[in-house]
Amino acid sequence: MYKLSACCSMTCGISFQPKMVLPSLRVQKQGNGHCTNVPRNVNLEKLQNNYLFPEISKRELNHLDKYPNARVISLGIGDTTEPIPQKISLSMANYACALSTADGYRGYGAEQGNQALRKAIAETFYKDVVIKDTEVFVSDGSQCDISRLQLLLGSKVTIAVQDPSFPAYIDSSVIIGQAGDYQDKTGKYQNIEYMLCGPENNFFPDLATTPRTDIIFFCSPNNPTGHAATRTQLKQLVRFARDNGSIIIFDSAYAAYITDDSPKSIFEIPGAKEVAIEISSFSKFAGFTGVRLGWTVVPEELLFSSGFPVINDFNRIVCTCFNGASNIAQAGGLACLSSEGFQAIHSVIDYYKENAKILVETFASLGLKVYGGVNAPYVWVHFPGSNSWSVFTEILEKTHIITVPGSGFGPAGAEYIRISAFGHRERIIEASRRLENLFSKREALFNFVE
Amino acid sequence: MPLMSDLSTSMISSSSSAFLAPISFNSRAQTVSVPVKSINIVKCVATPQEQQTAYKTNVSRNANIAKLQAGYLFPEVARRRAAHLLKYPNAQVISLGIGDTTEPIPEVITSAMAKRSRALSTLEGYSGYGAEQGEKALRAALASTFYRKLGIEDDDIFVSDGAKCDISRLQVVFGSNVSMAVQDPSYPAYVDSSVIMGQTGQFQKDVEKYANIEYMRCTPENGFFPDLSTVARTDIIFFCSPNNPTGAAATREQLIRLVQFAKDNGSIIVYDSAYALYMLDDNPRSIFEIPGAKEVAIETSSFSKYAGFTGVRLGWTVVPKQLLFSDGFPVAKDFNRIVCTCFNGASNIAQAGGLACLSPEGLEAMQEVIGFYKENTNIIVDTFNSLGFKVYGGKNAPYVWVHFPGQNSWDVFSEILEKTHIVTTPGSGFGPGGEGFIRVSAFGHRENVLEACRRFKQLYN
Repeated sequence: MYKLSACCSMTCGISFQPKMVLPSLRVQKQGNGHCTNVPRNVNLEKLQNNYLFPEISKRELNHLDKYPNARVISLGIGDTTEPIPQKISLSMANYACALSTADGYRGYGAEQGNQALRKAIAETFYKDVVIKDTEVFVSDGSQCDISRLQLLLGSKVTIAVQDPSFPAYIDSSVIIGQAGDYQDKTGKYQNIEYMLCGPENNFFPDLATTPRTDIIFFCSPNNPTGHAATRTQLKQLVRFARDNGSIIIFDSAYAAYITDDSPKSIFEIPGAKEVAIEISSFSKFAGFTGVRLGWTVVPEELLFSSGFPVINDFNRIVCTCFNGASNIAQAGGLACLSSEGFQAIHSVIDYYKENAKILVETFASLGLKVYGGVNAPYVWVHFPGSNSWSVFTEILEKTHIITVPGSGFGPAGAEYIRISAFGHRERIIEASRRLENLFSKREALFNFVE
Repeated sequence: MPLMSDLSTSMISSSSSAFLAPISFNSRAQTVSVPVKSINIVKCVATPQEQQTAYKTNVSRNANIAKLQAGYLFPEVARRRAAHLLKYPNAQVISLGIGDTTEPIPEVITSAMAKRSRALSTLEGYSGYGAEQGEKALRAALASTFYRKLGIEDDDIFVSDGAKCDISRLQVVFGSNVSMAVQDPSYPAYVDSSVIMGQTGQFQKDVEKYANIEYMRCTPENGFFPDLSTVARTDIIFFCSPNNPTGAAATREQLIRLVQFAKDNGSIIVYDSAYALYMLDDNPRSIFEIPGAKEVAIETSSFSKYAGFTGVRLGWTVVPKQLLFSDGFPVAKDFNRIVCTCFNGASNIAQAGGLACLSPEGLEAMQEVIGFYKENTNIIVDTFNSLGFKVYGGKNAPYVWVHFPGQNSWDVFSEILEKTHIVTTPGSGFGPGGEGFIRVSAFGHRENVLEACRRFKQLYN
């Protein structure tokens, strides 16, 4: 019916993505198949590749096909592995059972979320900074919230992202029509401002050289670098946004992993309520990656240039394009924020943090430059002069460990590998063993050890 | 309203009671969309609020959202209901407005969800991220339950958190440069999502329509099926059958014409079949029963009205492999990209419930609940018939579409609310073609439906 013509580009200068693995997205109609007369969305045509994480999954599957007996260890996609504390899952089970009773049945919930849960989120995470429950919008997770925020903002705003950054910010921006074309040479989409974050600038962009954009996506603790911005850095960021009349979208999904006294919320910075939206999630906090629960805070003080409150429009989007997070998931969320649940969750977080520590120590002991892993469940390892997809492939081939190549997060990630610290302890330890084994052999590709 | 004032006491045991605090009316009493205390902030109007001294960013408001005329319809109905309750705190308000299910979910389904929840606390049973397209077993069950012999395969099916979200995701796939047609009247999410996406022009107050949307009038006169010979070509055609709000179900012959129309025009039909299981007559339950539909249609559906999953959140969308954009690119590939990038899968617990719904026991149990609501519908239809009204729908859908010729539907809505404390939905909320009609939904406890009918008889006799 249609044939896919394989892309012939095997090398394209600095290859930020290995285009050879992906057939071209151009298809040719063959035979008698009917084509509609509906034009494809040009914004989707601009997207260069599959979304990063399904691509990693695909590679994992291909690898398993090739080595069916390999004991693959996944330190790629940041997927939680440890069971949810019983008190929380029981509360969800009870809620589900109650849906079969006359008293316990609930239909549509408020699109903004269950009142008690909104209040609990406000009181647990924002007590000192005085965010109201009415400013908290419960969702089915950050990935969805990011796209809903893009729908809110529309195609005519400009965005800045950290480089490297979680790919959903860029991809959703392209999809909604804010970005220009992708440039192979730079590995960047036109019209998006990429704010370099690397060891040389302490993983915080040089704002003095950053042009103004309407929106600034900022993730701290950072995925993928693991860096948690300091209070000073965030004050600078808020000042920058204020001076430029920009809106910060602050992703605090990993705040619970912070070890030092780095701010856990942008709203800890005075003046932030007038310039920032914060998104967060129960995914990495409570192991809710499959259960689906998150939230977004839109302060009442945040206004468009006309003076119109952003919260009004976000509420409209939430009421029109969404129908609330699952009530069962919300019941679980409420249990997470009870004192008992909260404690149990932090035990699991500590477990992952210990994993991160082990991985950091492993790489450091091999003399590799390691970043992150202290305030976030990600370890960011530098392989100077390398191509991260090649390193990814080499690690996969030789140790059967899945990681994520840094270039998947932006051109500044080109020489880095992200290792996620989610996994059963024994697998983390086994992975460390295999990595030690690999790198101490000093393979030609890996002579980055000083 | 239950407020958790003391977090330090064990919220585990009290949390569920807070969640399950009994409500005295059968609707969203404490879950009204617009929080009363900040009603002056979250208004459902589009007028900007100038604040002289407050800091303003330099980010322009999205002009598309500014085009929206008012709040989304159902929160607006909820707001009126809440205001009514403030006025009459002792009124026994009966909600036949928002189509919200009221009957408990059958145990075979909730026990599966409880089981999945508990399993998440075990090593063997814990699962993290699921496939964004949905769990394999559920996709397979959907294919074999609803699309057996229609040539729809498991991987044509994308599980979601509901039709409303799917509609917006489809709009994101299509982008702002497509034109769309809707039935008039129709479920407001089609129009509103189109406006938000930037496909439309401004709202034209004189005709109550957004420019650049083709409104296909559906009236008693044309049997609630548009006269396609007078419909201009659009890229996308939203079509809901059985219809919300009119309750009309398109016949096979009508759908054959619709598919032909789409084929001739190179259009894509987005077919909303959320009420298919309410069908009494022998009409198609899926657009894919029509030959050739796979090349012109997407179908979206939901567990909301089948399994009472309005709060649990589960639905699905079918995008056949054969559906191609004008350049030959498969629509399913772009939909998949959106699903992977803008979504992260429906809740695994909800999906476990969905699988149980589609077991033989689950299907039987769902049919029982659907049957209950259908009996409600019969009672409401009989009532309005006996009062001499022209009544439509109610046979193939849980909605009764009552004609009030020459009257303004918001006025009728208000009068009914004021005089009988019954919440309905004004027809004009669904488009100009709904003016002069009231939608009465048939979801409710039997005694409430009976009581409502008693009050209707009192008011209109």
